[in-house]
Amino acid sequence: MSTSTTPAAAGALAPDRPPTLRRRRSSAAAAEERAAYVFLLPWFVGLLFTVIPFGVSLYLAFTDYNLLQSPQLVGLENFTRVFEDPKAETSARVTLTYTFVAVPISLVTALAVAMLLNKGVRGLKFYRSVFYLPSLIGTSVAIVMLWRSIFGYGGVVNSFLGFFGIEGPGWVTDPDWALVTLITLSIWTFGASMVIFLAGLRQIPVVYYEAAAVDGAGWWRQFRSITVPLLSPVIFFNLVLGLIGSLQTFTQGFVFSGGTGGPAESTLFFNLYLYQQGFQRFDMGYASALAWVMFIVIAFFTALNFLVSKWWVFYDD
Amino acid sequence: MTDTTLRRTLRSATSRLRGVEAYQEELTGTARTRFLRHVVLVGVGLVMMYPLLWMLSASFKPSARVFSDAGLVPEQTDLGNYAAGWSALEHPFQLYLVNSLILAVLNIVGNLASCSMAAYAFSRLRFRGRRPFFAAMLGTMLLPAHVVLIPQYVIFAKLGWVNTYLPLTVPAFLATNAFFVFLLVQFMRALPMELQDAARIDGCGPYRTYLQVIMPLTVPAMATVAIFTFIASWNDFFGPLLYLTDSQLFTVPLALRQFMSAEGASDWGPMFAMSVVSLLPVVAFFFIGQRYLLNGIATTGMK
Repeated sequence: MSTSTTPAAAGALAPDRPPTLRRRRSSAAAAEERAAYVFLLPWFVGLLFTVIPFGVSLYLAFTDYNLLQSPQLVGLENFTRVFEDPKAETSARVTLTYTFVAVPISLVTALAVAMLLNKGVRGLKFYRSVFYLPSLIGTSVAIVMLWRSIFGYGGVVNSFLGFFGIEGPGWVTDPDWALVTLITLSIWTFGASMVIFLAGLRQIPVVYYEAAAVDGAGWWRQFRSITVPLLSPVIFFNLVLGLIGSLQTFTQGFVFSGGTGGPAESTLFFNLYLYQQGFQRFDMGYASALAWVMFIVIAFFTALNFLVSKWWVFYDD
Repeated sequence: MTDTTLRRTLRSATSRLRGVEAYQEELTGTARTRFLRHVVLVGVGLVMMYPLLWMLSASFKPSARVFSDAGLVPEQTDLGNYAAGWSALEHPFQLYLVNSLILAVLNIVGNLASCSMAAYAFSRLRFRGRRPFFAAMLGTMLLPAHVVLIPQYVIFAKLGWVNTYLPLTVPAFLATNAFFVFLLVQFMRALPMELQDAARIDGCGPYRTYLQVIMPLTVPAMATVAIFTFIASWNDFFGPLLYLTDSQLFTVPLALRQFMSAEGASDWGPMFAMSVVSLLPVVAFFFIGQRYLLNGIATTGMK
């Protein structure tokens, strides 16, 4: 290496490249590297703020901790408690039901509307705005309160149903229906996924459809054999983020039920229960165990998603 | 393995966003199917807009008539709801608006500075460990925030940061939002490398290149980050709920929530009036920055 040789020897080996230039270059590279670490400094500190708490939360999950006294190791007690706790089970069921109903319906709605818009309509930008706006405000306190009001006693929804002679259920007060009400709110925010689908659909060359039509492929066949495979990375992207986001739902349940998860624990999302245990009862060891169980469930579904994606997601790069 | 798939997925989703604004109105189908399409779209649109219009109209109705008067145009308008709602809580509503604004501005500044710095290093500079660090950055995207919640709370509590804005703003200055870093990386990567080479030949080091070459060209992506940050910060309920108990520090969502208890609300008119006030900034940002939102959303999948 030139660094260990004398300038004369290096000059002899590479006569067209003076040693001084090489040294200057490597010092420029070192300066660039130093600069990179300087630019990344805030990010490194931020990463520590994520990585260290990540480890600490695993430790706390094996302790009894109330923020005031130092944590006491209790072994697996918190985890056995999670699996024996009926409220934990209820909250897991609420969260999974919500996710597995709301996410597919939202995605199908988003795709259907995106396909309709992609057919070419006058005023496309207007429609897109109207459908997109709700997704920006759907998790705000104002909208959750609004939802509770329009579905609640004497609300617009039941008045509307009453107009057709249907006696609507207690959308807010009936434990069988409260979660359905929140699912409708989730579907209302399909616009963000729709925008992503629409951008994806625009990238599919129209000639594919024309060729398929010439070959006698009908609407459904074109959808299955052209749209779905070519859109699959986008569907996958929406699905992964939809699941992760939905499994972490909090505000909707909290505001809808005034923080209780009611009626009869029907809107007790897992995160809401975690909040109650950790920040209302200050049972932080148990709350950490709950967080880890949730993390493992989310990691499981995400990994499963990535694994299954090999069979149906098609990358054209 | 997951990391490569994730990157491919993100890249694939991003490459498609270029089409977002390039719509040409290419009409297909007969006049009849085109008409039916509009009927369906208008129908869906009306159902989606109805709750918002209903809320707007309810905010002008006297509380007692909110539910009995079904029409969107109030039979009897009551502007007093806004005045009543403004002073219905412990503090006048402008206090909550200003608090929310302070948090939003600090978050915007923090995210713009720290995320663009990290993105610049990842996309334009060569250094050892670039690939593993980038993979770690992508990995944090999939990490549910609630796993680290309790230890973070413990740390902030021990630092004496509860009932201050520090837990809600300092993380923004530490590039903790991986979605924004990724969005900016994608954007900066697309800028020609020759710009940087030219700057270097002219004697411009990495710091000046960042400030004077890359930053000015990244303005559209920075606008996307700023608008998303504003909306996320303005809507955030969980963070303030966790860290703020002093009503003097309350943000708009925390204040608004006080209008409704577990049993429901009674002051419907003022509640809806203040709800409208709380949503107005987001709606305004939506109309001003729609282009940036649409570009950003395809990259990050943010809502």
